[in-house]
Amino acid sequence: MCATCGCGNDEGTRVSTVHAHDHAHPHEHPHEHPHAHPHEHEHMHAGVPVGDTQTRTLELDILAKNDTLAATNREWLTAREIIALNLMSSPGSGKTTLLVRTLTDLGTQVPVAVIEGDQETLLDADRIHATGAPVVQVNTGAGCHLDADMMRKALESLDPADGSLLFVENVGNLVCPAMFDLGETAKVVVISVTEGDDKPLKYPQMFAGANLLVINKSDLLPYVDFDVSACTEHARRVNPGLDVVVVSATTGDGLTGWYEWLQHIQPQLAV
Amino acid sequence: MHELSITQSVVDAVSEHAAGARVASVRLRVGKLSGVVPDAMRFCFELVTEGTSLQGAELVIDEPPGTGHCRTCGSELALADLILLCPCGSADVAVVSGRELSVQSIEVAPVTSTEVV
Repeated sequence: MCATCGCGNDEGTRVSTVHAHDHAHPHEHPHEHPHAHPHEHEHMHAGVPVGDTQTRTLELDILAKNDTLAATNREWLTAREIIALNLMSSPGSGKTTLLVRTLTDLGTQVPVAVIEGDQETLLDADRIHATGAPVVQVNTGAGCHLDADMMRKALESLDPADGSLLFVENVGNLVCPAMFDLGETAKVVVISVTEGDDKPLKYPQMFAGANLLVINKSDLLPYVDFDVSACTEHARRVNPGLDVVVVSATTGDGLTGWYEWLQHIQPQLAV
Repeated sequence: MHELSITQSVVDAVSEHAAGARVASVRLRVGKLSGVVPDAMRFCFELVTEGTSLQGAELVIDEPPGTGHCRTCGSELALADLILLCPCGSADVAVVSGRELSVQSIEVAPVTSTEVV
């Protein structure tokens, strides 16, 4: 959507596939306004005398449209026995590094596929593509999160194989992605030790909806003031049943715990 | 700023139900624990309604408070935020209310032959 005036709901969203030697030009900005903005206010005032109006009771769930699309995505994925994980975090927590390492380590045990969400560029999709995994990049333009409609378009473009383990890397943002169900099987929140162990208390919506918390960059723990047990305790204050693993995607430390969690939801994986 | 797309969803849904009639007011329920900021919605509402049948409509937002049920001691408690801690010490608290996010009702003007928007 256009952040300036709120027009054109999804017109800033682009779904791109990545091919070898084909770096699609990242500088397109298709944000042209598709319509003129009518300013003929003389026809538009809602200055209707109160006595002339009718009350209509709606009781509509505001997120119903997204949730309906998400339910359709979930059925689509289930019919194909695809496990989809929605990875969410702040920018820079190491989601892409974790994914690259995971895809490399898992090899060809099960089919894998990746949907990358970022406001701009194909940089992350290029990194995933280098592992050999099928990937599409969703660029949200001004958008701060993926929604179920973007997920549907990405699924149509990616067309993951039956039985795939599908990783969806959401736009880096600890706030907005928490609101939008994509139809995923489970939600994974990644936090890095450089961010501070109080993040679960500052951004409770994100942690409240998660199935797994991955604490990444454990190799940096000697250099930062981050208390793993305090972070875990804070996260469980908003989500008592939350699973937690501590890893370093760079050194490989602790990744066994992450792979065991993946195996728990995709039993065909050997850890 | 997810409020922009959420407000867009409100306007889309209301436009559909108003079926061309001018909308004079929209009443929402945005719970204190919903993760949506009412002031941000008010800001977005003016932008998103421009040029629609909702342009100029009043936006009324009810904000039901958060309440929870402690599964350990069985008591009901008020929740100011999503930090689920019962005075008994248990964090095993179910959110009962405060997550509402809905369009409750709209006020529409009768459609006249000269006012099709």
